[in-house]
Amino acid sequence: MLLLEDVHTHYGKIEALHGVTVEVKQGEIVSLIGANGAGKTTLLMTVCGNPQASSGRIVLEGRDITRLPTSDIMRSGIAIVPEGRRVFSGLTVEENLHMGGFFNTKSEIRKGIEHVYELFPRLKEREHQRAGTMSGGEQQMLAIGRALMSKPRMMILDEPSLGLAPLVIKQIFEIIGQLREEGITVFLVEQNAHQALRLADRGYVLETGRIRLQDTGENLLANPDVQNAYLGG
Amino acid sequence: MVAAHNLKHALFCAVITLVISWPIMGLKLEAVGTQITLQGADPFTWIAIGVAALAVFLFQLFREAILGRLGMLKSLNPMADRKPMPQEKRLKLESIGLTLLIVLALIWPFFVSRGSVDLATLVLIYIMLALGLNVVVGLAGLLDLGYVAFYAVGAYTFALLSQYWGISFWMALPIGALLAALFGLVLGFPVLRLRGDYLAIVTLGFGEIIRILLNNWTNVTGGPNGIGGIPDPTLFGMEFGRRVKEEGNVSFHETFGIAYSGEHKVIFLYLIALVLAVFTGLVIRRLMRMPVGRAWEALREDEIAARSLGLSRTGVKLSAFTIGAFFAGFAGTVFASKQGFISPESFVFLESAIILAIVVLGGMGSQMGVILAAIAVTILPELAREFSEYRMLIFGAAMVLMMVWRPQGLLPMRRRQIKLSTGE
Repeated sequence: MLLLEDVHTHYGKIEALHGVTVEVKQGEIVSLIGANGAGKTTLLMTVCGNPQASSGRIVLEGRDITRLPTSDIMRSGIAIVPEGRRVFSGLTVEENLHMGGFFNTKSEIRKGIEHVYELFPRLKEREHQRAGTMSGGEQQMLAIGRALMSKPRMMILDEPSLGLAPLVIKQIFEIIGQLREEGITVFLVEQNAHQALRLADRGYVLETGRIRLQDTGENLLANPDVQNAYLGG
Repeated sequence: MVAAHNLKHALFCAVITLVISWPIMGLKLEAVGTQITLQGADPFTWIAIGVAALAVFLFQLFREAILGRLGMLKSLNPMADRKPMPQEKRLKLESIGLTLLIVLALIWPFFVSRGSVDLATLVLIYIMLALGLNVVVGLAGLLDLGYVAFYAVGAYTFALLSQYWGISFWMALPIGALLAALFGLVLGFPVLRLRGDYLAIVTLGFGEIIRILLNNWTNVTGGPNGIGGIPDPTLFGMEFGRRVKEEGNVSFHETFGIAYSGEHKVIFLYLIALVLAVFTGLVIRRLMRMPVGRAWEALREDEIAARSLGLSRTGVKLSAFTIGAFFAGFAGTVFASKQGFISPESFVFLESAIILAIVVLGGMGSQMGVILAAIAVTILPELAREFSEYRMLIFGAAMVLMMVWRPQGLLPMRRRQIKLSTGE
């Protein structure tokens, strides 16, 4: 579904990704783990076209998106839940969801919002509340809900557990599991390696701009190197 | 420890006051014949400078206490903690109020003096400008300090077109607005990547470039001498002058068989400005509720999130810039026609600052607030005219108090919330 082939990305003269190859297949949950500064977020941003890859190829559903502008990429069946949630804090929950379906018709938006409220009954309760006044967990739900509004076939989540309480993290990961049942392919980038790998079909370990390891989620969890480096032994 | 720090800081400020004001106010250059001599000022000025330094010293010394008091002024404001009205009631009140206001504005000029109508026309021009800038600053969140450039483009378009090709007001109105919009588009491209302070500085530079260009391109724009003899607007080919200037036109007072009066023209201009201001308001109001309006707000709230939803940063910012510039062009054309004479003097940075102040005072994004603020900011200095040189002081003090009391503006924007119709 999504394929990155030997992708190099530069920030100015500094190379942040040194030839990364990652594949996410239809219906999978794939986790990407790595330490701070390994290039996880850079990899995601490269998929979104900001910054664009300096060499290599990114293919989404058979279509080369390497040189497309961000706005075109984001309209081609892919949705991202950005790091740190980034809900529109001055807008109500409903308006945030409305913005998510910006390019859809009115009836599609109505159905989409109903669907999101089914997935997250909590958001329904807060329908007319300003997003900025909600708790971190609720905002994360809203961010996922907003991304769902564009009816994506693939969803990228950048550190959905960032700054959340353990109990809330558990909820969020349950929700990500549900996304798979909806038929959405999930590409998950996480620091919380334990949770991320347990949920994932496959995982990649990124280290200083290179893919160090790749395997099924279970195998990576059991891998002593991964345990030492990311799971605290 | 804190007191010592305060004392030091206060002393420093007082010394700075002395250092700055002493050469500026205390020393005078007098020309005696061919010689220029340096003279000290009279004792009164010296005392005034001393008092000013003392005042600065005392204020800085007790700054916390004074500012604390100022903060407490909030409780004196009876409107401080009111509950907001429900949306339906507010919208109804607003539309009734607006209709009344427009009707009143339509009949009002026939009963007042020529000077008042003239001032009111100026107010309307500022309303147009402020509504336009409100799109850029209030809705899209792009700080534009060179907005006056688009105003100048509108005004000069009309002036030049009429001077070189004899084009009338009505033809020049859309041309001026479109040309200003084009300038907005052209400026928009390079500044798209910039945000906040950087954007402000680039737009500031652009405003100055336009003014300096107008000032120095003498053989086209007349430079600092400006352009005069800009024609008045006509009403279906009827002129408002005593005698008809152009072949084939008739004069207004002869057509209707009434005595000539200079007031007709003033009132006519006022009505044009009113219609255009209402048009501006309605168009922008409509835009705010369309997807493009929501896109502006989304981009202001969070650029990354907006882009992650597939909004094109370029498109959204450019549309805000262009639409803002378009209405500035409108206002510029009306202004040129009202004055009959324009020069680069009318388009200095201060104008941009005043328009921006109107938007901030009114409450960013709020149309009613911006209109009220435009009226206040234009009329207050006129009302205070008898205080002559102190009027800008009063104006400044009013702004400071305003920001302490109501930092969110006169009528802060209450967004009209989207409600999906329940059921089918």
